[in-house]
Amino acid sequence: MTPALFIGFAAMLVACSLMVILHRNPVTSALFLVLAFCSLAGVYLLLHAEFVAMVQIIVYAGAIMVLFLFVIMYLNLRRDLESGVHIAVRRGVGWLLGALLLAEAWVLFGHRWAQGPLASDPSLAGPVGNTQAIGQALYTRYLFPFEITSMLLLVAMVGAVVIAKGRGPHATRRGETPQPKEPA
Amino acid sequence: MAALWNDPNVQLVFWALVKILIILHVMLGVVSYMIYAERKIAGHMQARVGPNRVGPFGLFQPIADVAKLFFKEEFTPDGANKVIFHIAPMLAVIPALVTFAVVPFGPQDALRVTDINVGLLLFLAMSSLGVYAITLGGWSSNNKYALLGGLRSSAQMISYELAMGLSTIGVLLMAGSLSLVDIVHAQERWWFVVFQPVAFLIFMITALAETNRAPFDLPEAEAELVAGFHTEYSSMKFGLFFLGEFANVISISCIAVTLFLGGWNGPWLPESLQFIWFFIKLGALLFFFIWIRWTFPRLRYDQLMNLGWKVLLPLSLANILFTAVLLYWRDHR
Repeated sequence: MTPALFIGFAAMLVACSLMVILHRNPVTSALFLVLAFCSLAGVYLLLHAEFVAMVQIIVYAGAIMVLFLFVIMYLNLRRDLESGVHIAVRRGVGWLLGALLLAEAWVLFGHRWAQGPLASDPSLAGPVGNTQAIGQALYTRYLFPFEITSMLLLVAMVGAVVIAKGRGPHATRRGETPQPKEPA
Repeated sequence: MAALWNDPNVQLVFWALVKILIILHVMLGVVSYMIYAERKIAGHMQARVGPNRVGPFGLFQPIADVAKLFFKEEFTPDGANKVIFHIAPMLAVIPALVTFAVVPFGPQDALRVTDINVGLLLFLAMSSLGVYAITLGGWSSNNKYALLGGLRSSAQMISYELAMGLSTIGVLLMAGSLSLVDIVHAQERWWFVVFQPVAFLIFMITALAETNRAPFDLPEAEAELVAGFHTEYSSMKFGLFFLGEFANVISISCIAVTLFLGGWNGPWLPESLQFIWFFIKLGALLFFFIWIRWTFPRLRYDQLMNLGWKVLLPLSLANILFTAVLLYWRDHR
């Protein structure tokens, strides 16, 4: 049953990913991206990575994409209406990066190691699930990178709060003339 | 044919489909009578009688309501995004229904669809997907009240999801498993509400917010937003949003019973009938949801955000820390 399910999820993933970049309406594109994340979670499930699958849905489909959608709706981007030089430059850069990526993929697929792990770690794919295994690995062997990542996120969060709050109690909003400072 | 039937995969899929069908229909029945119960209880709380015209004690009222909804005009506003406008009501119901797949109604294998080792995460994933229905319904209607309701709900549900996820971690630490069946088995002697009263309180408050029930029903605050995200919806599409809300209330109550109130565990009944305890507790929680709705006034938007981010989130983090330290002390003293 697993190969059939894999083909189903993989086909859905590819189709949805194509629709993300081919559809003209940004909201619809974002929704196809959500669907792509869900099918990716299905692929993870078939690899016995239940924890990663669920976290994929919680974090990407449930939180990040909602914020994306929030921004798209807020900006009310109905359709990509830009034209002229901007679009030409963007197209050129897109083709260039796409060609680069394709060349990279070509080189990578020529190597043996690029085709996935040859033998999966049996301790990670047992019937008891891998949540515990991930926890053990994360909090022992990879503790330092884990803590560094959390620090990085904390700094980003503090930065976002600072930017959102402005430069202090007398901060000016965009478009207003700055108030003259009172003499000390 | 017999060979096909003996295939374990085919049997698994067949029995899962049978259970899904049963759950779907029982859920639809429970939802329609929960709406009846809500109107009846609301009536008595406000010294009215509630629906009492259709059938004895108004018991056929929900059936009449659904029949009416089916015969009403389907209206699609001008300038609406047609496809998303049609998809949004479906998205309101699907996540709530998927959650039932992991709810263990009783100790026997026959009383649950499946027992997966990430059951709790599946519930959190589905509750995080629930926000799409309201956001998209509000956006695609091409109506400013609906859009405001949708935006409010996405902010509200994202904020309260965090506190809800964190409040379940205390239970997780005590049970040592993400499987809902194992969590219930861990509560055979004491229910987790005894050890995790703060987490239970946070979970119930966030559950009210996640299901957009009063006092957190800002996305549809009728005094300021007409009807919020479903202003432009009529007929059975509106009915689906309604169904989704109540299905969410039921599924979240099921999870609350499983995590904090001991699931099917209870005294006196033999093991074959223990599922009755599950439904008694579920009924009590559903009454609690209705009771809250007709008792508390709606919060203001800034109060809502303050409560979520400045009270519930730190409180749930402190609860995790406290639980973890106590558990460590118990095991290592």
